[in-house]
Amino acid sequence: MHELSIVMSIIDIAETHARNASSSAIEEVELDIGELSGVEMASFDFAWQQATKQTLLEGARRQVNRIPGKAVCLDCSASFPIRQLYDPCPVCGNHLLDIVSGKELRVRSLIVV
Amino acid sequence: MCATCGCGTADHDHHHSHDHFGEHSSGGVKIDVEQDILYQNNLLAQRNRGYFEAKNILAINLVSSPGSGKTTLLEKTLLDLKDSMKSCVIEGDQQTSHDADRIHATGTKVVQINTGKGCHLDAHMVLHAVQGMKPENESVLFIENVGNLVCPAMFDLGESERVVVMSVTEGEDKPVKYPDMFHSSTLCIINKTDLLPYVPFNLEKAKEYARQVNPKLEIIEVSCTTGEGLDKWYQWLESKTLAGSAIT
Ligand SMILES: Nc1nc2c(ncn2[C@@H]2O[C@H](COP(=O)(O)OP(=O)(O)OP(=O)(O)O)[C@@H](O)[C@H]2O)c(=O)[nH]1
Ligand SMILES: [Mg+2]
Ligand SMILES: [Zn+2]
Ligand SMILES: [Zn+2]
Repeated sequence: MHELSIVMSIIDIAETHARNASSSAIEEVELDIGELSGVEMASFDFAWQQATKQTLLEGARRQVNRIPGKAVCLDCSASFPIRQLYDPCPVCGNHLLDIVSGKELRVRSLIVV
Repeated sequence: MCATCGCGTADHDHHHSHDHFGEHSSGGVKIDVEQDILYQNNLLAQRNRGYFEAKNILAINLVSSPGSGKTTLLEKTLLDLKDSMKSCVIEGDQQTSHDADRIHATGTKVVQINTGKGCHLDAHMVLHAVQGMKPENESVLFIENVGNLVCPAMFDLGESERVVVMSVTEGEDKPVKYPDMFHSSTLCIINKTDLLPYVPFNLEKAKEYARQVNPKLEIIEVSCTTGEGLDKWYQWLESKTLAGSAIT
């Protein structure tokens, strides 16, 4: 359950930024979680419920942008969507790919009061 | 509070007073954060990496599912290369020091990290273990991660090489079931080849799956029990130590 570590890091980042802005509450947190990031959303939700208790993120709205996977073939330069790291290039069948999006794991923004 | 890494935040105080705002309260201020969630880990991993590079230490992060043979591979390696390689070991386990005891029995310096409920090592734990151990210059540091093919994939420890071990008693489709780990590793060791006659494991298929996930992955087949193939692993280790300086 690395999702718990992920949630703990989000709490850390959010609380640090909220404090630096002298806010006492977070209304909303916006996250980028790529579809290839290795985060299992069901575990993430469960960890979120548990770990945000008695933190500034308890009860905050959570806005999650799931960013779809995209890759570029290093052989033929085709650009295409991927769902799995082992998807081949649909043009030439090669597996040597550069993943250009879908790995994101980022706190985008907060709305604080 | 840890002076080196600024930790102490692990135990932060979560007892702020809580005003509960209505779901639709407005007038909030937006803060652009744009921060990587693994930023803190990656920062400490970079610090570890810098330390290893400065001291010419080859740091190897060994990952696998439980029981693939990481500790056995280490025991064999440490004994076989005793006279030619300076090494030390960090053992990560949720509980017990059994693996660390096995390593200790080979006469190698070892530090145990118990992660408790945690299912992976992180850069912070490794930083502290390394501080306690003080590995020599020009040495090899083996880090045995918690047996788990999922979580350790996300946490960079600052290692020079990530080595994933799988064994022929597991399905040959491990690489596509746990693509993140195989994607982020540089070497895959297929262990327990002595059992090939007794188990339905398609070696070629396993390698094909591994290369689909990571075409650059090197693959070495070994049996820690019979010793077959271990010479290739030792050659690989030697090739990775800068100009062979850690192995003489
Ligand atoms: N037949 C056979 N058994 C092996 C081989 N290598 C390891 N084993 C056995 O596999 C079992 C697990 O090996 P370990 O080295 O403890 O595995 P591990 O990956 O360190 O396990 P965890 O630390 O619990 O994740 C032990 O009973 C070993 O004796 C091998 O090459 N052949
Ligand atoms: Mg072990
Ligand atoms: Zn985990
Ligand atoms: Zn292509």
